[in-house]
Amino acid sequence: MSHIAVIGAGQAGSALAAKLRTLGFDGRITLIGAEPVPPYQRPPLSKKYMAGEMALERLYLRPTRFYDDQDITLVTDTRVAAIDADSMTLRMEDGSTLSTDQIALTTGADPICLPPALGGDQPGIYTMRSLADADAMAPEFVPGRRVLIVGGGYIGLEAAAVAASKGLTVTLVEMAPRILARVAAAETADWIRAMHKGHGVDIREGCALNGLARSGDGPFTATLSDGSTLEADFVICGIGVRPATALAETAGLALDNGIAVDEFGRTSHDRIFAAGDCASFPWKGQRIRLESVPNAIDQAEATAATMLGQGAPYVARPWFWSDQYDVKLQIAGLNTGYDRVIVRPGDKPGSQSHWYFRGGTLLAVDAMNDPRAYMTGKRLIEAGQSPLPEAVADATTPLKSLPLAASIAA
Amino acid sequence: MIKITFITADGAEHVTEGRAGLSLMEVARMADVPGILAECGGACSCSTCHVHVDPGWVAQLPEKDEMEADLLDFASDVDEATSRLSCQITVTVDMDGLRVSIPAEQG
Repeated sequence: MSHIAVIGAGQAGSALAAKLRTLGFDGRITLIGAEPVPPYQRPPLSKKYMAGEMALERLYLRPTRFYDDQDITLVTDTRVAAIDADSMTLRMEDGSTLSTDQIALTTGADPICLPPALGGDQPGIYTMRSLADADAMAPEFVPGRRVLIVGGGYIGLEAAAVAASKGLTVTLVEMAPRILARVAAAETADWIRAMHKGHGVDIREGCALNGLARSGDGPFTATLSDGSTLEADFVICGIGVRPATALAETAGLALDNGIAVDEFGRTSHDRIFAAGDCASFPWKGQRIRLESVPNAIDQAEATAATMLGQGAPYVARPWFWSDQYDVKLQIAGLNTGYDRVIVRPGDKPGSQSHWYFRGGTLLAVDAMNDPRAYMTGKRLIEAGQSPLPEAVADATTPLKSLPLAASIAA
Repeated sequence: MIKITFITADGAEHVTEGRAGLSLMEVARMADVPGILAECGGACSCSTCHVHVDPGWVAQLPEKDEMEADLLDFASDVDEATSRLSCQITVTVDMDGLRVSIPAEQG
């Protein structure tokens, strides 16, 4: 009987294994996860779960019996140490081996930790990626305590929102000249910064962490690049993730900002595939890697089809979301290469959207409490259509009747 | 028991056991009902858990808020009267017998 091993039991791995069955694969499926729990949703960890508003059971992607029902062997708390690509054999960390016919790598990404040279190896410094991270950090979230958040990306900002909402004293430092520098325009950063300042978060941009010192159980003393110091009871490090490629390296797979796959999810080895946060893939003439749930699901499902010989090219339709305080930020598209941002006030107080263009082409929309703008932008981008920028800027032009730029003939 | 029936686009009926406090989307997910993608996990950030509520039940459900209405306004296959995002409906004991249909396409 044919055997497919799916390595990595997150959103992508779980979707890929389930899709193999939906598509009619009747061989053996082994889904292997390093964490001691069944596949779960990560996004709520830095949002509702961390805020204590969502029980553990609701995090799980499927009820446990799903894996039995689907005859998927779920192996948790197990790490694969190496792949012998010639013999298609997995070697586990405990020394045992597993023979397979095909392998899907859905290993995700690992958070980047503060280097030990900065004091990053002390207890009381947390990353925000896994359930274990969130559970370890939870007892620290006590009103009045002081948290230092390193990194002004979405993870750091979401953690700041939960902490501030719980009554902690929050300082966030960002080394780059502004928050969200890698992922959003200055207009969006300005909006988000103002929101956090309104909730009492002390945001320091262009400010690097030079060192963290702690004596015994006492508070940390952080030394910052502007020469100042500050005290914190605990530290959250949100400085990004790296695609988890160590296992792919043992198999000798081609890497390029992650495990390089083609539009079908195929790696450089004909029986090994990859999907989700760990995989980079071709998209509109570039090679990209997306860290998002929708991509993890869609790419995993497309790859499952490829593995069964039913594949169609995967065309990513990037979208993202973030919840901070009572604000819902929704992002459609990828803004890479934008040269112009149009600000459009929303229909309601406090709602606004930012439309990214390159020339006359709409690339992406950031919508703050403005789901109508988000949905409009998403539909247009997916259809390859662009509204006229000046019409977008005019809030009196209804979203549903935005005039479109004449499509540029190919 | 709170019996909730999901009718998929192919006409198949999936009878599930609801639990008070869970969302309708979560009930479907726990029962592995196909067609409710719920890509955002219930954050009211996408529209991939769209369902049509049986007309007889519409008035008995809590009303949708602005965010849900706005998302639905742009979803595919929307019926103003019966369309809801299933992640925004919290199951209560009064919902025993509820029937909802899942559109052929989400998003």
